[in-house]
Amino acid sequence: MQFKKRRTVAAMCLGIPAMVVEVPEKQWAVIEVEGVRRKVGLHLVGEVAPGDYLMVHAGFAVEKLELAEAEARLAIWKELLDFERAEEA
Amino acid sequence: MLKRLNDPQLGREMIRKVRERAARLTERLGRAVTLMEVCGTHTMAVSGTGLRGLLSGLVELRSGPGCPVCVTPARDIEQIIAFARLSGVTVATFGDMVRVPGAQSSLERERAGGARVQIVYSPADALQLARDNPRWEVIFIGVGFETTAPLAAVSIKQAAELGLTNFSIYSVHKLVPPVMGALLGAGDLKVDGFILPGHVCAVTGSRAFAFIGEEYGIPAVVAGFTPVDILDALYVLLDLIQAGDHRVVNGYRWVVRDDGNLKAQRAITDCFYTGDAAWRGFGVVEGSGLFIRDQYAQYDATQKFAGAGPASVAGPGLATERVGKSTTTGGFGTGDFLEPRGCRCGELLRGLITPPDCALFGGKCTPASPAGPCMVSSEGACAAYYRYVTNQPRLPGVVNANSGAAGSGAGCRKVEL
Repeated sequence: MQFKKRRTVAAMCLGIPAMVVEVPEKQWAVIEVEGVRRKVGLHLVGEVAPGDYLMVHAGFAVEKLELAEAEARLAIWKELLDFERAEEA
Repeated sequence: MLKRLNDPQLGREMIRKVRERAARLTERLGRAVTLMEVCGTHTMAVSGTGLRGLLSGLVELRSGPGCPVCVTPARDIEQIIAFARLSGVTVATFGDMVRVPGAQSSLERERAGGARVQIVYSPADALQLARDNPRWEVIFIGVGFETTAPLAAVSIKQAAELGLTNFSIYSVHKLVPPVMGALLGAGDLKVDGFILPGHVCAVTGSRAFAFIGEEYGIPAVVAGFTPVDILDALYVLLDLIQAGDHRVVNGYRWVVRDDGNLKAQRAITDCFYTGDAAWRGFGVVEGSGLFIRDQYAQYDATQKFAGAGPASVAGPGLATERVGKSTTTGGFGTGDFLEPRGCRCGELLRGLITPPDCALFGGKCTPASPAGPCMVSSEGACAAYYRYVTNQPRLPGVVNANSGAAGSGAGCRKVEL
């Protein structure tokens, strides 16, 4: 269970957003990224459940993701761009 | 959802808006807006997506001290090589560290000469290596910022719980807010705004950087790493500059909390104390280093292998020179540490130059044969420029060959979102 080589080896700082598929132990979860699964430590984020999203760095989750926040930001952009299109029309 | 943060169509529309806003500001300032991307992963992302080129003439993006491999000073590289030379020791480290050249050697060369150097993805993997091989002494090279330090802390605690006696860490972990303070305090950096490192902020919280606005009057935005994240942050940052608003804004709310990750902060303070640490290009920065607490002394490689000092620091090698305070601009110096001759990584990390300003860039210093760390690390600004941005190579043919390998061509001219 490993990421692609480039991600595994070269990039220590690269955070990878990943979905939790299984929580076999209290401190460890199995995540999936692009079809690849890996065990990651939950020591820094507390309890998670399958379906949650995590930001993973070097084998550990460093934060739980609030995808609703990203949705909200995208909605603002959509509004801005739609408004502009309407003006042009 | 995550796919939409990489959506090329949305990215193109956002670029148009960012360019519009940047053009208005450029007109007002009478020059290009200068921003610093503090984080090495942002350096990689703005080059890799072609953003740097798409904004050229409007926004000048400078790289900062956010590549942990790049800022690890020569003296620590020598120390790490000295560890690798100890008999019975396995040095476990992230891939980027292996090729960083020291005065006369590198971990890669030591490995070719028979030393045990193991590349790992996580400190947890280094710990596992020690568990699986009780007769080895495993030294994990703890390099990185606030994102990697808590992971090392967790591993130290686990080693203690397991009662492992063959695992230790050489901590060269560094903290970003103090170096930002040093950078700004020196007074020679001229930037209009900062793109702050999203994942460092996930641990520290965006508030840890509020002093940039409050004390230095420069706005900053915490940014994520997808094209949409970066463009959104740029749009907000340009707006702050236009409005003369000096706040630090959290533009990465789906990952970063204003107060950060308290568990991670606690893990760091449980295992490490802060002290003065040397940075390549900066010299010693007060309170910027993390050192293992006495309570965990048996997991501290500097204490466990106290006799293994860096031998080659005592005398300069052929390809190095001493860089003292008097020889560098802006009051920073690397003191007693040896730097590759002609290498300007130090000035680059302080945002004073861009990679093509260095005489070695693309000639004596390439990814295949790097002189300095900024060309070695995948997050290094020189490597990113070399791979994606350079259109006018110093050596004819070099970049053409490279661009084929990178598969991106002249990144400047292409929309690669």
